[in-house]
Amino acid sequence: MSNPTDQNKRREFLRDGLRTALGVGLGVLGGLLIGKSKKEETVWQIDPDLCTQCERCADFCVVKPSAVKCVHAYDVCGYCELCGGYNQPDAEELDTAAENQLCPTGAIKRTYVEDPYYEYTIDEEKCIGCAICVKGCGAFGNGSLYLQVRHDRCVNCNDCAIARACPSDAFKRVPASQPYLLRGIQRQS
Amino acid sequence: MSMISNKRRIFLAIALLLVAVSALAQDRFPRPEFESEYVRPTTTTPAPETNTWAVVDVAALVLALSLASFFALKTRSRRQMFGLMAVSLLYFGFIREGCVCSVGAIQNMALALFDKSTLLPWTVAAFFIIPLLFALFFGRTFCAAVCPLGAAQDVVSVKHARIPTWLGRVLGLIPYLYLGFSILFAATGSAFIICKYDPFVTIFRFTGSFWMVMLAVGFIALSVFVNRPYCRFLCPYGVLLGWMSQLSKHHLSITPNDCIQCRLCEDVCPVDAINKPLPDKAPETRRSGMKRLSRLLILLPAVAILSGWALASTNGLLSRVHPKVALEHRLHLEESGQVTGTTLETRTFKTMGIPREDLKAEVAVIQNQYRVGGWILGIFLGVVFVTQLIGLSVKRTRADYEPNRSTCVSCGRCFLSCPKEHQRLKKEKDTLS
Repeated sequence: MSNPTDQNKRREFLRDGLRTALGVGLGVLGGLLIGKSKKEETVWQIDPDLCTQCERCADFCVVKPSAVKCVHAYDVCGYCELCGGYNQPDAEELDTAAENQLCPTGAIKRTYVEDPYYEYTIDEEKCIGCAICVKGCGAFGNGSLYLQVRHDRCVNCNDCAIARACPSDAFKRVPASQPYLLRGIQRQS
Repeated sequence: MSMISNKRRIFLAIALLLVAVSALAQDRFPRPEFESEYVRPTTTTPAPETNTWAVVDVAALVLALSLASFFALKTRSRRQMFGLMAVSLLYFGFIREGCVCSVGAIQNMALALFDKSTLLPWTVAAFFIIPLLFALFFGRTFCAAVCPLGAAQDVVSVKHARIPTWLGRVLGLIPYLYLGFSILFAATGSAFIICKYDPFVTIFRFTGSFWMVMLAVGFIALSVFVNRPYCRFLCPYGVLLGWMSQLSKHHLSITPNDCIQCRLCEDVCPVDAINKPLPDKAPETRRSGMKRLSRLLILLPAVAILSGWALASTNGLLSRVHPKVALEHRLHLEESGQVTGTTLETRTFKTMGIPREDLKAEVAVIQNQYRVGGWILGIFLGVVFVTQLIGLSVKRTRADYEPNRSTCVSCGRCFLSCPKEHQRLKKEKDTLS
């Protein structure tokens, strides 16, 4: 049997060794992961061609209201007076009255351009990303309204709650240098 | 009026016809050519947040850890520690809304290590590794005054209800389970359960579902009577910090110099992390000690293999946490008539036209990952369980009151209970004046 001081020395030696090993291990792990993080940063975006307008974008985002908003590809729009994304399908009048609008929050603004054309713009402060207008536009119109993750609002969670809930896998990570998947002439090849 | 409805009827007729032709049609209506000077606006594209916050966050983390370690080991001041804790709660909690946090970073690490395509923001790596390195040198000072989750509980702590030792031991096993399962779910890309069920984020962001708000309220209410319930009986990062702290180079001590066994600190620790002196009353013979240890060491592989097998063979059930496996399971139930009705997921899957075989192949891969993961997790949990038993059975002699290095969160409440500390403070005051 060794005497107590020897035992203490041995314990101290073991602890020192283990500590060094753990420190080196953490260093190696850090190095490995830093290597991984060297690749280009990415952000979340919706592929409008895969989106099924299920309305979940409005509910699942950790940002309230959702960081997903409807955007408008003006060069795709037909500027119709009767708009599948703006008017209720069974509306009495094609006017701007709230009960005749499809948008639950009245976030689409209609302005007269010239006969017979009207411009539709999205008020992002009001838009909740529910995609009801997107569905209407896609079903009856040119599909110029579509959803996009707005990066001035998105906090870029590592585990995006909407991406988890998306039934059609329309959420994908895209390079931060090209953070949108736009329609029309702004579409990137 | 009739003009409009006529117009609409024609429009609807055309529209329905077009819908029938193509669901993805983009050119139902021609682009107008404007006569006025109207110019079409372009879609705005606000840029993603830059990395400035990330640098500030990591700098704040290092600064807070250094200060916390300084307050625990050098100035030995609970008051300073509390101040720092309040600042951390404000910054990492309410301002940064609890994200990125070291506790949740475990999952990002697991996913990044197992899934090659995932990339890991360097901030997340820093938030995972830096507190562990500090624990390796100074103990769990991260818990004391940096972690916003710990701070949220500690600022409301009034009473420190004693938890029976046996109950503390049993509840203390939960963090290992939580750690193991959160790594399994993260590594297979199924879910980030630590973030999903983080009760404090609800408070930091003032949002959350009804049940999450209830959970948050429950934890805060419990924290008033039982100090840091989340840290002690749930926190998976605390397990890793505990391992580091166990081997730490330096650690706070209750007394500034010598312990005089006055027993005054005995009951002040809010997390029951003060080890009492253990005199060597009845020295055990080496032989009987060895016998008990060897029995436990034989038990170790048996328990490990059994729990590994148990978790690996329940992979079918466990893997349903993954959305893809859940979808396949639901499709199977719908097709075999075991359930009526459809879900949004199954309806969408059917409209997307993805071959069922592709989904099945994907599910098979995930279930296999769960089989392997189940083995690893089961063995890990078995080893943890038996190691705890060994820890209970090994008799150590201890002369003084010492903090338990793995469970002490360095909060600094014990300092002022020590008469030697009062002596030190008085001497300090005298030399100053």
